[in-house]
Amino acid sequence: MSKEPIPASAYDMDHAEEVEERRTLAVLVDNEPGVLGRVVGLFSARGYNIESLTVAEVDRGKHRSRITIVTTGTAHMLEQIEAQLLRLVPVAAVIDITKSKRGIERELALVKVAGQGDPRVEALRIAEIFRARVIDTTNESFIFEITGASEKIDQFCELMEPLGLVEVSRTGVLSIRRGKDAG
Amino acid sequence: MDTHTLSDQTQSSLDGARMTGAEMVITALREQGVDTMFGYPGGAVLPIYDALYSEPSIQHILVRHEQGAGHAAEGYARSTGKCGVALATSGPGATNMVTPITDAMMDSIPMVVITGQVPTHLIGTDAFQECDTVGITRCCAKHNYLVTDVDDLARTLHEAFLIATSGRPGPVVIDIPKDVQFATGTYVGKAGVYKPTYQPKTEPSEHAIRDALDMMATARRPVLYTGGGVINSGTEASKLLRELQAATGFPVTSTLMGLGAFPASHEDWLGMVGMHGAYEANNAMHDCDLMICVGARFDDRVTGKISAFSPGSRKVHIDIDPSSINKIIRVDVPIIADSKAALKALLEGWKARRLPKPDLSDWKEQIEKWRAVDCFAYPENDGAIRPQYAVERLYELTKDRDTYISTEVGQHQMWAAQHYHFEEPNRWMTSGGLGTMGYGLPAAVGIQAAHRDSLVIDIAGEASVQMVMQEVSTAVQHKLPIKVFILNNEWMGMVRQWQELLHGERYSHSYSESLPDFVKLAEAYGAHGIRCDDPAELDAKIMEMIDHDGPVIFDCMVEKAENCLPMIPSGAPHNEMILGKISGDEIDEAGRKMV
Repeated sequence: MSKEPIPASAYDMDHAEEVEERRTLAVLVDNEPGVLGRVVGLFSARGYNIESLTVAEVDRGKHRSRITIVTTGTAHMLEQIEAQLLRLVPVAAVIDITKSKRGIERELALVKVAGQGDPRVEALRIAEIFRARVIDTTNESFIFEITGASEKIDQFCELMEPLGLVEVSRTGVLSIRRGKDAG
Repeated sequence: MDTHTLSDQTQSSLDGARMTGAEMVITALREQGVDTMFGYPGGAVLPIYDALYSEPSIQHILVRHEQGAGHAAEGYARSTGKCGVALATSGPGATNMVTPITDAMMDSIPMVVITGQVPTHLIGTDAFQECDTVGITRCCAKHNYLVTDVDDLARTLHEAFLIATSGRPGPVVIDIPKDVQFATGTYVGKAGVYKPTYQPKTEPSEHAIRDALDMMATARRPVLYTGGGVINSGTEASKLLRELQAATGFPVTSTLMGLGAFPASHEDWLGMVGMHGAYEANNAMHDCDLMICVGARFDDRVTGKISAFSPGSRKVHIDIDPSSINKIIRVDVPIIADSKAALKALLEGWKARRLPKPDLSDWKEQIEKWRAVDCFAYPENDGAIRPQYAVERLYELTKDRDTYISTEVGQHQMWAAQHYHFEEPNRWMTSGGLGTMGYGLPAAVGIQAAHRDSLVIDIAGEASVQMVMQEVSTAVQHKLPIKVFILNNEWMGMVRQWQELLHGERYSHSYSESLPDFVKLAEAYGAHGIRCDDPAELDAKIMEMIDHDGPVIFDCMVEKAENCLPMIPSGAPHNEMILGKISGDEIDEAGRKMV
């Protein structure tokens, strides 16, 4: 029965020494009106971070939606986030994708790059390396569709920046766990 | 359904019956066993009020402000153990209800709030008396609904009662557009209403109980720290707490919300814990080697300085809400369960192990030393009535009666908690978490509506009570003989005390000039007014209040500058209480920033 150190509190908390971690959480919810509002409202009300958020119905028959949230916080805060999410009536389950070690994360981005001449050729060449697809083209622009881990998309956008990056639209992180089982 | 004869029309046989949404509301309330509700009509709830008009089995108490309906429902709920029900119209009716909803959320009070809404086709058009009720109450209710299809209404109502009363109780809001109240649909009974995503865990895990018992068996300085969860769990939980205490001999303290779960007359009762709690309770919490928290949540009023909170103890935390575990204080053994189930398992385990009653004589000797400090002692009345004396006399003259106490918020609340003593649960109704000035008077209305023949007293302050003064009119109309016992010091006493402590006696806007003449005000409402400013007359006047067969406002003029002590100054640990007098330098720079 090892004793944990006494934590800081609502008042006395000094987070300076605590390490913040990044976590991807999959929140399975009943797809009822306002459910996203409840989840997002909880994060803002309790001062938690949302780095990215995706949501869609994934099982029409069961009215089940999957919300994927990327958040950061101390271990104590992350434990609270999970417990507080589970307090919400329409929340069926919270899966910590990062902690499970078997998680896969993907993001999709649409990236518009405008330019002519060499930069245009270079953009196309880099897109090939990144396995990005061209989904629209004009004489002066491309729209690329790219899928991958968030870091890969960050890197792609960085490389496109000097080549005429105009606009980026990203889905935010999607996640699922490896293996045959659900959840 | 049409094969049923009239005599078969029990509630369950209504399953499948066709009726309007408004009728469904009343039918569902009856099926849920609701006998009393509190409300205020308006355009968007007229169909429900119409259905209520011909319903003799539900007593409707007409309040003067929707906030009053909410607090009355809370008082009703807390004094009966049943679910409180409040009804309000759309827009301002709903927004006025936000304070009691938040209050019930903080104190885990089961309550169903029904609000009217503008017709569905007008939602989102900024219609007259429209507000986004589900949006506004999303973060302050346990759950809420906007019902847009009459065929969902009955199920939603039953689900709301299930959610409000189970797990960690709380307020649930159901917003019903007016066209849904008029529409005809199919009623469903409460049987079989089930929410797959909502399955609160109520039974403790065996290994957690085993770990707790291991610690209990070897503890030398144990303390039971109990809270509102024991009250919420029902009278059986209080009974089990007493049995567990009898078997173990562990001393008991309680939060503000938990008073009454353990009898104050018991020799092992330490008094209330926390900022204005007993010296012996706070020191026991600080010095214990085993803390068993039952249905409390380590609120900041209880813990004081976190880093110095009970540094030498192992901690067991029984709570039905997993998010309460490790939220503020790390514990060694979390037991996620209903208090009643956990106490039962601990008691049975203790008996099964045939553990002897431990020898705690050293610990109790130490506790007696702290008790000898007599922390609640106060100076003799010096011309004026000391507020502590007033509460003490009120206690002595009412303790042998069937009495319920509610309070407002502030110094008087703490004096009531310190000097009024409770033997039974459900007798003490106060706003703990939210600290809502104006809670007590409407709560008393709700308590009295549930207990017509009992003595119901709101121990009030003259500032708090004016926030809800109009509810005296409710009490008069419904012949609810509540007693509003005002400790009148003309100051917002707790604000004044903190200004003395923290702001060098710069009493910014904490003195109320032009207070009403409460005796005349009582008379204006058709109630009875009594004023007392002489200690020698206090007993006789309290008896006059008790004997009066109707609502009374008692204006008890007390010592104006009295401070509420003892006190743990903010930012200080439990064992550094201010006992006698405030010097002004108790609170350090960090403490000043706290509330």
